[in-house]
Amino acid sequence: MSTVELEAPHNPGVPRGAAQAAARGHRLRLGDPIFRVVATACGLALAVAMFGLAGVLIYNSWPAISGLGTSVLTTVAWSPVNHQYGALAALAGTFLSTLVAMVIAVPLALVIALLLVELVHPAVARVVGTAIEMLAAIPSIIFGMVGIFVIVPFIQDKLVPWLLTTPLGGLPGIKPGPQFQGGGVSIFTGGVVLAFMVLPYITAVSRDVLKMVPQVTKEAGYGMGSTTWEVMHKISLRYANSGIVGAVFIGLGRALGETMAVAFLIGSLFTALPRSIFDPGTSIASLIALTFSEATDKIQVSALVELGLILFLITVVFQIIAQIWLRRVQRSTGGRA
Amino acid sequence: MVGTTVDEPTQMQSQATVVPPRLEVAEDRRGAAEVFDQLPSEISVRDLDFFYGKEQALFGNTIEIKKNRVTAVIGPSGCGKSTHIRAYNRIFNLYRDQKARGEILFDGANVLSSQTDLLDLRRRIGMIFQKPSPFPMTVFDNVAYGLRQHYRLNRADLANRVEDALKRSAIWDEVKHKLNEPGNALSGGQQQRLCIARAIAAEPDVLLMDEPCSAIDPVATAKIEELILALKSKYTIVLVTHNMQQAARVSDYTAFFFQGRIVEFGPTTKIFSNPAEKQTEEYITGRFG
Amino acid sequence: MSAVAKVRTAPARRRSIARRKATDLVIKVLSWIGATCGIAVMAFIVGEVVVRGAGALNVAFFTQPTPQDVTSNAGGFANAIVGTLAITGVAALIAIPMGFLGGVYLAEFGRNGRIATAVRMIANVVMGVPSIIVGVFAFAIIVKPLQHYSGFAGSVALAFIMLPLIARTTEDILNLVPNEIRESGLAMGAPRWKVTLGVICKAARGGLITGATLAIVRVAGETAPLLFTALSSPYWMTGLFGPGGFFGGPVANLTKTIYDFSGSPYPHWQELAWGGALVIIIAVLGMNILVRLLFQRGKEW
Repeated sequence: MSTVELEAPHNPGVPRGAAQAAARGHRLRLGDPIFRVVATACGLALAVAMFGLAGVLIYNSWPAISGLGTSVLTTVAWSPVNHQYGALAALAGTFLSTLVAMVIAVPLALVIALLLVELVHPAVARVVGTAIEMLAAIPSIIFGMVGIFVIVPFIQDKLVPWLLTTPLGGLPGIKPGPQFQGGGVSIFTGGVVLAFMVLPYITAVSRDVLKMVPQVTKEAGYGMGSTTWEVMHKISLRYANSGIVGAVFIGLGRALGETMAVAFLIGSLFTALPRSIFDPGTSIASLIALTFSEATDKIQVSALVELGLILFLITVVFQIIAQIWLRRVQRSTGGRA
Repeated sequence: MVGTTVDEPTQMQSQATVVPPRLEVAEDRRGAAEVFDQLPSEISVRDLDFFYGKEQALFGNTIEIKKNRVTAVIGPSGCGKSTHIRAYNRIFNLYRDQKARGEILFDGANVLSSQTDLLDLRRRIGMIFQKPSPFPMTVFDNVAYGLRQHYRLNRADLANRVEDALKRSAIWDEVKHKLNEPGNALSGGQQQRLCIARAIAAEPDVLLMDEPCSAIDPVATAKIEELILALKSKYTIVLVTHNMQQAARVSDYTAFFFQGRIVEFGPTTKIFSNPAEKQTEEYITGRFG
Repeated sequence: MSAVAKVRTAPARRRSIARRKATDLVIKVLSWIGATCGIAVMAFIVGEVVVRGAGALNVAFFTQPTPQDVTSNAGGFANAIVGTLAITGVAALIAIPMGFLGGVYLAEFGRNGRIATAVRMIANVVMGVPSIIVGVFAFAIIVKPLQHYSGFAGSVALAFIMLPLIARTTEDILNLVPNEIRESGLAMGAPRWKVTLGVICKAARGGLITGATLAIVRVAGETAPLLFTALSSPYWMTGLFGPGGFFGGPVANLTKTIYDFSGSPYPHWQELAWGGALVIIIAVLGMNILVRLLFQRGKEW
């Protein structure tokens, strides 16, 4: 057939003649199409992977979905021995530990980003930024190990006893509930460690987004006689706010799915709702991690997969929201995040 | 050579040579000749040096900026015009490697001293930048920014002052029904006038304008030039421009910069019709850009 | 236009500059405290691992398999280290070519297409999927049908995690290559695939290696995906097939072994676990720092 059919579709950056010249050689006729097909297949493999994952999860959780219905989401207790498959305790634990983590991590990330962008010499910012990013490289079990051997005793022996002597100790949500076991292995501990696991992600995205604020706009702010903080919160944060929201959602996504450290530190109370952040609890991810291997009952396995499906859906939704918000920053500044 | 002293205009007029026809000298100048040295100075600069790291960019600048007059700063690209006025409000302090040395007297005190309160300085010396830079907020909030920051005002008072500033910037009619729209929804020329309104709302004494029209279309430029002429009765204006015709149209005094030095400074009419320095003349007549 | 008189209302009360400056100072101090906190936590974790694990790293650690006898002081993590190398290595073999070509697709063929945009978005989403879910997935498609755990299943799980990572970093690196290089290659009459693989990739070599290395190192430290796939084993891996082989049964790996041993009540076993943690930290952080140093040069596009 004519040479034209073998060309790659016209790439605006490539002079037409070059593409035609490339396709003219006989030996070369097959190389490009094969290349294109293979590369495209690998690209599509990503999509296949994701839909495959979703499909497999749905398929394997179907017995639980059809057999248990919505009771998984409404029943508190997870007790396979009693044929109870309620994930409410796990959902509550996931939610609370993530909440604790975000309450700590988001303000911390923002002030660190402020420092990196406005307060220090670029060389110092690079070093500090890299050090914070190294937090993201530390594997989850190591956070868990340090947590259990160092943080847990500290919280149990020092922090909680002190806290209970202050008025704060009586507040709802902090006052120990009936399941209290000292507070060392608890939602709070899980949340605190989780905070430092998601900190580097939120910091990095916030920093990148704040760097996109045009220098002229900031100079105009300073020119009006504003302090560094005033420029930051009235101008920079406002300018970058969709990016910050995106950063928070990225942090949320990671916090929700974090498994090993949380499994070490949050406890394994599957059967009751926590009354206080110092109560032990569980999270969806750690529930799966701790019980999946020993699950023998078909329904139990299927219910665990269903939990996995729920977690998967939540993280996918959060990721998509994060992407959408981050894209807004790209559009308004005309750059690529 | 450092800036020269200025002759009395009356002496100069009698020796007037032909004004090149394409430069228009603005008509609404004070008719009577004024004596430069008897005018009150808003800003007195003595021996200003400026450094970008190790590189010196300004050499011994000495100049008097007179109250309620428009002083234009002209010169080829890279000659230090923007650098010079950015010393007045110490906006260069944002950048670690930029340093200034010398004296800039404003209201009796040296702006460059470490005792200077930058927040108050910048309230009194406002700045308009080359690229219109409205803040990411509504038109109203943009203008109210300086007011909210420096003053305690009740809502009615605030609204009045915002309206006042927008009227004085000749943009009120265009935005009065758009006050709650984002500032960057306006056109380029409108954005710049918004920035001017924002600057004057806080009631500064001086307005520094760094090539305010270079990113704006000619029609909007004309509006801004009219605005500058109207504003000068209340504010002292220093206008950096690469457009000589603009300087000739709008300013009372002009300083010609070249390679970080003030080559010549004097009444605009003199600079453009009978400059004392050869370099000035060469620049004015376009022998180099 | 005539000069506009300034409308003078009553002089306004000034806001306190001192208070504004104080707030500014407080926030700046908080920023410094925050940054110190972040770095301190990082240093603390690394420090704890070093202090608690250094004592365990002797010759035995790297040569002997995991102990099963709780009374002796013998044993090491050698089989676990080998297992992790094998599992991660196979995962890399699967994921790197596919991820690389996927990234090539996104960068070279999918600049503006809707499909490519969708693929990119999907890659980002998959990167956010919790690793335990990936483990469950690998369990469902490999362990369950074959009715046994295997190191290979672990590799598949890890490869799943690496794939979008490598694809996106490849795409980002290739996008940094200036268009002129692409065009000059094609203008010489070379076919698209030669230009891409030869010229462009050579130009972007540093970044591509960095991306792949960081992805490998990232999954080497993962535990959750291996929990239901490779599980773990106290023995050496015995070849490829059969109950002790890579494809045939559970394979010892560093992360799961650390997890098991750190949860045990025996001090010697805990010490071994810390030793394993130290090995991982050195490998992971060391590689990260190394490639960052190398990569800074690559960023000069």
